[in-house]
Amino acid sequence: MSLELVSSLLFPILGGALRVGAPFLFVSLGECLTEKSGRINLGLEGVLVLSAMAAFAGSYLSGNAWLGVAAGMAAGAALALLHGLICSLPRVNDIATGIALMLLGTGLAFYFGKPLIQPQAAQLAPIELGGWSDSPAVRAALQINPLLPLGVLLALAMGWGLANLRAGLVVRLAGDSADAARALGYRVAAIRVAATATGGMIAGMGGACLTLFYPGSWNEGISSGQGLIAVALVIFARWSPLRCVGAALLFGGAGAIGPALQSIGIGWGYHLFNALPYLLTLAILIVTCRPGTAAAGSPGELLSNR
Amino acid sequence: MPARLANILLTVGALVAALAVFGVFAGFAGVSPVQVWMLLFKGAFGDWFAWQNTLQRAAPLMLTALCVALPARAGLVVIGGEGALVLGGLACAALAQALPLPQNWLGLVLCCAAGAIAGGLWVVLAGTLRQWRGINETISSLLLAYIAIGLFKHLVEGPLRDPASLNKPSTHALAAGLQIGGIAGSDVHWGIVLGVAACAAAALWLHGTTGGFALRVVGGNPRAAQLVGLPATRLVLLACGLGGAAAGLAGAVEVAAVHTAANASLIAGYGYAGILVSFIARHEPIAVVPVAILFGGFGAAGSLLQRRLGLPDASVLVLQGIAFVLILASEALRDRPWRRQPAPAVEAAPVAAVVSP
Repeated sequence: MSLELVSSLLFPILGGALRVGAPFLFVSLGECLTEKSGRINLGLEGVLVLSAMAAFAGSYLSGNAWLGVAAGMAAGAALALLHGLICSLPRVNDIATGIALMLLGTGLAFYFGKPLIQPQAAQLAPIELGGWSDSPAVRAALQINPLLPLGVLLALAMGWGLANLRAGLVVRLAGDSADAARALGYRVAAIRVAATATGGMIAGMGGACLTLFYPGSWNEGISSGQGLIAVALVIFARWSPLRCVGAALLFGGAGAIGPALQSIGIGWGYHLFNALPYLLTLAILIVTCRPGTAAAGSPGELLSNR
Repeated sequence: MPARLANILLTVGALVAALAVFGVFAGFAGVSPVQVWMLLFKGAFGDWFAWQNTLQRAAPLMLTALCVALPARAGLVVIGGEGALVLGGLACAALAQALPLPQNWLGLVLCCAAGAIAGGLWVVLAGTLRQWRGINETISSLLLAYIAIGLFKHLVEGPLRDPASLNKPSTHALAAGLQIGGIAGSDVHWGIVLGVAACAAAALWLHGTTGGFALRVVGGNPRAAQLVGLPATRLVLLACGLGGAAAGLAGAVEVAAVHTAANASLIAGYGYAGILVSFIARHEPIAVVPVAILFGGFGAAGSLLQRRLGLPDASVLVLQGIAFVLILASEALRDRPWRRQPAPAVEAAPVAAVVSP
């Protein structure tokens, strides 16, 4: 009985972590890259919703889910590019601009997404990793979103690239000391715009996860604030792309605890479990922050440190 | 004074540009831009009915904008007004449910006070974490907002739920004597009076008292504040408390005047919209009033655009997004000759010359 109980709890949570964690992974990687360059993008919420709509529309119109993913990435990059460009203007506040773009992005997505609420679009075929098991629970849990392994590869590549590639070092330089970057002849604004747009493109893949994989439809409640949470995820991961993978899975898994408990008849605390990751992030901040110093691992130029 | 006039004209110019861009946007949908503009005006300010709708939406915006404006004057960027708002609404409903309050103005004042205290404490928490551990208040207030929403949903769908609310979990409805009615039989409730009064009081405090002056010194130049021995921490926490109380009051008023019970309708994004209202008003409480009315008006015009022109209801969201983006971007054009501009060219060249051998 207890084994049954464990499996009926554990596998849904694991499956939830893998399913819900995928969009978290992409938005956190996008936000991580943006913040590494010294800028914060609260508008990723808008990016996520807009790219979710664009991915669904692309897949619906072309009949190919991967073209949909490309459309989502393009839409995400375009909106983030706008954020990057506006924030490059003097005296423009990136927090307020991010929230304005959150409104604009969701507005555009709802506007153009109105006719897409009914139809079905081609979906990404899941990767079945549970074939070895007879248990339907295990099989269901291990139906992996094909974008998820891509995201893990991307995290590895980003972690390596930020440490070893010239482009990665330049991004970190712009994020840690704009003066030093300028002294070496780099154009800080251009670097940040490029990093923000690329971050938006990565977050756009997260949008595609929302509409092109289970449950796989477009509606106006598609995102429950995953884009805003990206900021918390990146702090949780202490600005490391590799730790973003763990953070995304943890946040995804925590969100799946409530539904899993509900399925075995325990409805208590559903929303509290959803709030758990934020509490955890706050606790981490309380433990790691010291007055007068920046959070460990955060880029020196980040607005939040000044 | 001419500089201030120029700043106002700049904001108005950005707004006009936003309307123009939105007109073109609507033009792509095959709708005449002129008709869109006419209906926008009509739906927001065209008649008494439109005004009622507009003012009803503007009331919470004024209060949530104060939750950003007051801490901003102390140098903090607080974006967690949504959390203070939902907790304020929850505290209002919970108090009415827990205690046999007198069903008159006294009970109502107690309910609203409970909301204000709950919201105030929540934002003070973000301020405390900043002063005590150096945690960035922008991030912590955002996290706290999500925790507050989780707490709100948990209590509304659990311990505080009215068993009779089947489809939409709600707390018990407020007794009729505890509800805020309309002004002179209209749909406009007293929340708008509270909002305007709160903005006026905040402006008086900031510009007419030593406490408000000290707060502006702390926000404008922390080092100067330290040198003259101002109690910075106390002032920062005071600004957070007052701002949070305003947002909490917004939640309580929404419950007492609009929803009559605390439920998910309370989480309508007023907290986030308030951030933009405050930034556009440049954190000036008096300027918050017209900006909130304007954006309340945009919201009110949405249904008319949908009914008459068949535009999706999200089109006002697009308009608001365009307007906010353009107004924030227009900040770059602000000409403030008395403030020395950082000159990147001068900055870059000599440093490079020193570094390269």
